[in-house]
Amino acid sequence: MPATALPLEIRDVSKSFADRRALDGVSLELRPSEILGLLGPNGAGKTTLVRSVASRVRPEKGSVRVLGFDATDDRARAVRGWVPQEIALYPLLSPRENLWTFGRYQGLTGPVLDRAIAESLEWVDLSDRADDKTDKLSGGMKRRLNIAAGTIHGPKVLLLDEPTVGVDPQSRERIYAMIGELKDRGVSLLYTTHYMEEAERLCDRIAIIDHGRIIASGTKDDLVRQTVGARQAVTIDAAAEIPAALAGKLTALGAQRDGLQVRVSVQDPAEAIRNLLELFHAERVPVRDLTLKTPTLEQVFLQLTGRELRE
Amino acid sequence: MSLILAVAKNRLLNLRRDRAAFVLAFVLPVAFFTILASIFAGAGRAATRQIALVVVDEDQSDASKRFVAGLKAEAGLSVGLKPGREDDPNGPLYTAAQAEQAVRKGDVPAALVIPRGFGERAIAFGPGADRVALHLLADSGDPIAPQVVNGLVQKVAMTSMPATLARTGMAQVDRWSGGLTPEQKARMEAAIGEIDKPRGDGAATSAAPRGAGGLVAVETRDVVGEKKKNPTVTFYAAGLGVMFLLFSATGAGGALIEEAESGTLDRILSTRVSMTKLLLGKLLYLSGVGVAQLTLMFVWGAIFFGLELWSHIPGFLIMTAATALVCSAFGLMLASVCRSRMQLVALSNLSILLMSALGGSLFPRFLMSEKLQKIGLITLNAWALDGFQKIFWRDEPLWAIWPQVTVLLGLAVAFFLAARRIAERWEAA
Repeated sequence: MPATALPLEIRDVSKSFADRRALDGVSLELRPSEILGLLGPNGAGKTTLVRSVASRVRPEKGSVRVLGFDATDDRARAVRGWVPQEIALYPLLSPRENLWTFGRYQGLTGPVLDRAIAESLEWVDLSDRADDKTDKLSGGMKRRLNIAAGTIHGPKVLLLDEPTVGVDPQSRERIYAMIGELKDRGVSLLYTTHYMEEAERLCDRIAIIDHGRIIASGTKDDLVRQTVGARQAVTIDAAAEIPAALAGKLTALGAQRDGLQVRVSVQDPAEAIRNLLELFHAERVPVRDLTLKTPTLEQVFLQLTGRELRE
Repeated sequence: MSLILAVAKNRLLNLRRDRAAFVLAFVLPVAFFTILASIFAGAGRAATRQIALVVVDEDQSDASKRFVAGLKAEAGLSVGLKPGREDDPNGPLYTAAQAEQAVRKGDVPAALVIPRGFGERAIAFGPGADRVALHLLADSGDPIAPQVVNGLVQKVAMTSMPATLARTGMAQVDRWSGGLTPEQKARMEAAIGEIDKPRGDGAATSAAPRGAGGLVAVETRDVVGEKKKNPTVTFYAAGLGVMFLLFSATGAGGALIEEAESGTLDRILSTRVSMTKLLLGKLLYLSGVGVAQLTLMFVWGAIFFGLELWSHIPGFLIMTAATALVCSAFGLMLASVCRSRMQLVALSNLSILLMSALGGSLFPRFLMSEKLQKIGLITLNAWALDGFQKIFWRDEPLWAIWPQVTVLLGLAVAFFLAARRIAERWEAA
């Protein structure tokens, strides 16, 4: 493979279905050993983008290259893994038989295949259930096996499409740990999710897609700075009526008032909070509650798309 | 009670939404009944089908010619005199050996040979009378044709050879009455001459056969299957075998639809397995299962019903492999056409039952009308069954099944290519 090739290089990809434009000139790159989160509302084009990397969608325009190879090239198939959103396994077969099937389909044979199956079962903690029927496994176990089936051939680039949907918190932690291990092994991951906290926690960079376009990308801090800015939000709940004198001073500071609640966007929280509390103290208005909030990805997303992520 | 009604109403609401189930419950039975009824109405009933009969007239006397003309005028028979085109005036006539061959090969269910001297002594009254017997060559696999031919031969003898009948009668009277006067003889001869004059159309067939005891003697000889222990076993082993092969192949082909629905197909196609390889793999599996199914069926038949499997192993293997392959390719094609399991069930039930009825899996084709037998050849069942019949029933050599094997393999390739083409819809969008 070309020495300098990026794990994933998507250039100006467009795709339409009937009269709906699913992807509209998308460009995106995945860097070595990076987890790139792909966020977007439903119907934004996430799945179409992932499927075009998995060579299940043929773009009309643009190119998708996996470690320098065209996505449809057999060499791309060998270094790419895909964990689809569905539990794409044979329910009547055992975990071992499912792994045999997909390992074999990826070209593994003999002792290499045997070793890969044993290691995968160990990795997803299913060694003791290896010969049960897959449809008898719990939801979390099936999710883990689904990941193992997409990684049995040791891919260098992995596409993970909402791998924690419908999983209990404990199993979710197990999956996060598995993803961390993959990253440590040097695997580069493209990760789509509906969970903001997941994206914030796992992803090195985040790309936000809407209406088939990448509308922002970067680290979480980059995105926050670019959109909602670095300012933090202070919210004070007064315990008594706010007199007109105090209200006037607060308005001068740029605060918004909603009954007993006052919200101010601040640059330097320590100084701002001290000043605010002094004002309340001077007017003898008791404070019931005070919170300081750093801008979240949720706010970034709302600002960019005008929609909640799970709308 | 109201809860029971609620459950019933819930099912009714479901049925309304589930179109495939709806089709299966209401449209399919009516459609199937309509198709079968219109195909088999009249034409399909064994008693009224037209029977193909090869006739060899070795006698070539006036009486035998008149008799052959009578047979040709018979609505229940389709008489063949020449191996080539029937309307070619210079075409050679069947010989007795060729006629026997035609029965052996299953081209016709029966042949009638009119031996020399028939015109002289065609008819005699009473048992043990001195007369020349017709030879009826039959296929014991078709128990009905020889009987129908026999009955019609008696009828035609009565109606097409009234003069012969009368002269024979006159000779009897002459002998037993102590001699007729020359004048009596001349008068009777004149009357017989009147009978002999050709009459209008349909005269030959208007008279109902009487005295079925047999005016003309017919010696029936089975030229095929005369030594077979159990004539119907081969037919049912092959017929039902092919039908169930089709059912199981389409059922198993449905795995493709399940893979598509579960997302597994997507995952497979993102690996190194292409759609062509996937379908070929499935074809290999389905064919293997098909061979095992047919083998089980025939071994069972051999053990419990006297089917002569052990003496026909090579032919059995060739026919079984070709049949399993074509049924598997058909199953894959059907599965690739359908969008859901239910659709597949509806479509496969309709097509397989129809093919099995027309192709002779449910009811032997040789008992159908000639036209229906020809129509049956559009089904793979007919070709598979013909091949098995040739091997097991007619004891034909291996090379004789080449047309059946060629057609089955050709169909298998065509079905597979169609499946591959239709499966493109699952490939990258």
